Amino acid sequence: MILSRFHYIENTMYGWTGNILHINLTTRNFSVETPDSDFYGKYMGGKGMGGYYLRQCATLPFDHPDMVVCLFTGPLVATIAPTSGRAHLVSKSPLTGLVGDASLGGKLPTQLKRAGWDGMVITGKSPYPIGIEIINHQVNFCRADHLWGLDTQQVHERLTPGKAGLASIGPAAENGVRFASVTVDLHHAAGRSGLGLCFAVKQLKYLLVKGQGHTRVKDAKGLKEAREEIFRLTAASPALMGQYGFSSLGTGAVYDLIDSRRMMPTDNFKGTWFKHAPKLNAAAYSKTYAPEKYGCRGCHILCKRIARPKGLDPMAMPEYETMSHFTALIGSRDMELVVAANDRCSRYGMDTISAAATLACRREITGKDFTRQSLLSLLDDMALNRGEGKELNKGALAYARTMGHPESAMAVKAMELPAYDPRGAYGMALGYALSTRGGCHLRAYPISHEIFRKPVATDRFSFSGKARIIKIAEDFNAVVDSLTACKFIFFAAGLEEYAKAYTAVTGEKSAAQDLISVGERIYYNERIINSLNGFDARDDDLPPRFFNEPGTGGNQIKVAPIDRVQFLAAREKYYRIRGLDISGNPLEEKARALGLEWKNL
Amino acid sequence: MEELVKKYANKLFSAGLAEETGPLSPIVGGLDDTLVWNRTGPEIKVLEQVFQGLNINSLVFLRPRAPYEQIIRYLSQKALDTHGLIEPKDCETRTFLHDLPVINRFSPDKIVGALKKRKSVIMAVPKEGPEFSGIAIIAHGTVSPEQGFVVASSVCFACFVKFFADYLEDLQLGRASKNSNDLFDSLPPDIFLGQPGLPDLAKGPFSTEEQLYAAIVQAGRKTVEYGLVDSYFGNISYCRNNILYISQTGSSLDELEGCIDPVCLDGSSSAGLTASSELTAHIQTIAQTGCRAILHGHPKFSVILSMACDPAEKAACRHREHCHTRCPQKRAIGRIPIVPGEVGTGPTGLCNTLPPAFGTSNHAIVYGHGVFTLGMNDFSQAFATLLEVESTCRNAYWDKVRRLRNHCS
Repeated sequence: MILSRFHYIENTMYGWTGNILHINLTTRNFSVETPDSDFYGKYMGGKGMGGYYLRQCATLPFDHPDMVVCLFTGPLVATIAPTSGRAHLVSKSPLTGLVGDASLGGKLPTQLKRAGWDGMVITGKSPYPIGIEIINHQVNFCRADHLWGLDTQQVHERLTPGKAGLASIGPAAENGVRFASVTVDLHHAAGRSGLGLCFAVKQLKYLLVKGQGHTRVKDAKGLKEAREEIFRLTAASPALMGQYGFSSLGTGAVYDLIDSRRMMPTDNFKGTWFKHAPKLNAAAYSKTYAPEKYGCRGCHILCKRIARPKGLDPMAMPEYETMSHFTALIGSRDMELVVAANDRCSRYGMDTISAAATLACRREITGKDFTRQSLLSLLDDMALNRGEGKELNKGALAYARTMGHPESAMAVKAMELPAYDPRGAYGMALGYALSTRGGCHLRAYPISHEIFRKPVATDRFSFSGKARIIKIAEDFNAVVDSLTACKFIFFAAGLEEYAKAYTAVTGEKSAAQDLISVGERIYYNERIINSLNGFDARDDDLPPRFFNEPGTGGNQIKVAPIDRVQFLAAREKYYRIRGLDISGNPLEEKARALGLEWKNL
Repeated sequence: MEELVKKYANKLFSAGLAEETGPLSPIVGGLDDTLVWNRTGPEIKVLEQVFQGLNINSLVFLRPRAPYEQIIRYLSQKALDTHGLIEPKDCETRTFLHDLPVINRFSPDKIVGALKKRKSVIMAVPKEGPEFSGIAIIAHGTVSPEQGFVVASSVCFACFVKFFADYLEDLQLGRASKNSNDLFDSLPPDIFLGQPGLPDLAKGPFSTEEQLYAAIVQAGRKTVEYGLVDSYFGNISYCRNNILYISQTGSSLDELEGCIDPVCLDGSSSAGLTASSELTAHIQTIAQTGCRAILHGHPKFSVILSMACDPAEKAACRHREHCHTRCPQKRAIGRIPIVPGEVGTGPTGLCNTLPPAFGTSNHAIVYGHGVFTLGMNDFSQAFATLLEVESTCRNAYWDKVRRLRNHCS
């Protein structure tokens, strides 16, 4: 059925298309918004624009028909700017009740932009399973009853998207898993925050987009220069392009490094070093599976790995977080199990970090180790909402509370922690606690300077200076997610080079520090949204374990418990620097200074 | 933060870039929730406003010592007469700094405007106002005062290299100005003096990890002390039992304790993810030559002379805008090979261009970048060669200039 209403305005902008698609799934209708240029300058794209629309319905439950699901590209998408083939998915997280968002790659973002849309805002609830198909300016609503219940790979096989980009949910989302993900173009995911469930409550099974347009670029020569500068910096980055970097080994390259730094979460964060790590590292996967390089559209790093086992479907190799959590965190040394669990989570559409961390929590509480069979069976139970899976699929915190052991949930604001132990990097400790989406390493990404030594190394066992570092980095990464680019490239390049690309693409004169100011607005808006939902300093905290128990020292590295007094002092400094009150709440004066509305508070 | 601002002020002094004390000594500021400075000074009032205008956590204000002060003054004046930018062609500037903006007013707005875009700004302020006049470099950081230190130090290096490289070219083209001749003549003669003698470095081969770690740390420190590299740059490695021990990326050669990565050459581990950007070049060089030790510094005259080319040939060369990656000539200074190549990997990366140079030599200069030298058992030979290469280049540069000056007069 085609319900095309053509209000699309031919593009006169550079960088952006000038058109935002609003879809109402209750009425299966759509409209087009054409914001003025101030809006684009203020929110940029991706995370910024998604946050703007989420703010309008911030206090609604995630499953309310008027709750938005936003997918936005950025001004650099579908240009030659490196790693810009990304978009940002934003809604309210079913797992945490906070801002729920995730960056996603593949080819979908490029296709959406080429179809002529800066992004889309989806509201309403369809009475039946539905798919949205967008071909350039045309929007089709397709019944998806026949796809409901199918896993993400089966959906891909049925729809055969070809050059189109495809995002779909799997059974995990349909069955109410709070950390259900959205699978994009088969091998990519909007993994965290449970955004798959946001699709499912709207009965949205899939989104398929194909476009044939182009992003208008104001200064092609300037963009080419910026691109060359970024390439040159990337080539100089050992983490990205070095012999042991992401391009050579995938993100799994981090596995040995984190273990050698004594910050690999082991046994549900009871330890920080895993003695079996040398046999489960990226080199071991390369030897066993001989995977090929793979990546998002427009990226030269190609950090993903795809194995093509004989007689089987191509299979994405696990990323670092999955490799670590499905081994060290749950006490397993079974590489095949990691690959199988990763594949199963991908097909079900389920975040591997949350899934593994919840299982690690279960192992600690019950004292039962996993066999290959028992672990895979529990993943099935989670995704299909049966048996013990009914409790596990609510996430580690909900599960631990049900079991009477909330202290065993290694989560911040109900989001399970990823594979960097905060006792081994105090910026990470602060970043986890303060992140607006819960236990997330990517908001401030302090691993860059605390481990990768970029732009320079900082003392990872000190809070000195970290409050401001975290604040600046959060603003910085909010820009990255709004441009929209990949965070990995910022191990090498900076906003100095990306501002040049932004200016060349959009024609809007802008420098690195101007972009960071936009990032500050975007991040503060998220603090406001969370505050509207009752979150404050009581939630900006880490599980007690990190303050009371040491990690696993060795190799002349001592991993002590985090000093709580110092942690709280650093957090208090952060509040002052961010412009929050002593309880972590936003201030009207600051919000207005950033050009944000206050009336909702 | 107090500790860091003092540390990097001291490092600017010990690198020979600044006075240790007094009104010309560096000012370094660090900001977490409160702003701290290493010292007081009339410039701080303006610098505090710079902090307010930027999302940064640190700032370095460096009044460079001679000869950098005179060189930067000269280049700044030329830049201000045109488009306000100094555009050095050395590798570090090309890769990391791009260009060096110059302004002539010590005003917060002007400084903020420049630092919004770039990592540093050069002040060339004629006498006016009470806070500051003269030459200074301001550089900022978002995670540590070390960033400002590195950038300010790189600006000094880049300007030094640019002046001497441009001057030689101008003499070759017969267009050296009176100002440039005067500046050259006014520079302290110790620029052209070599270091006295060689340091007594640990003798290898090293039988234990402790010995080789100590040897790497010692050689790194001496390389900085002898002025063969600015602290932050360069790299060093030693191979033993199929493990390459190499300095980490972004480590300072004079502070290598705890900053050396053991990299298994059998590929069984990726723990060397934080190893130097030149890891692959080191590995391939060791595989090709069988050496154990590699030392890489940025001695200035080696870098300067590597960029010198016959002007007529250069004018006719279709790759003249890409000498650093596409120079088609097999070039050398005496018997020292010069190769093109960019930092790190990629088709024009050093990992591809450097190792072939070691087929006939135990040393090589990378165009506009630095020198790599090898040692079979320890760093003594590599260090001696590095020193000798620089000495050869310094003398060759001086001879060329003298000849050209005589010819012109």
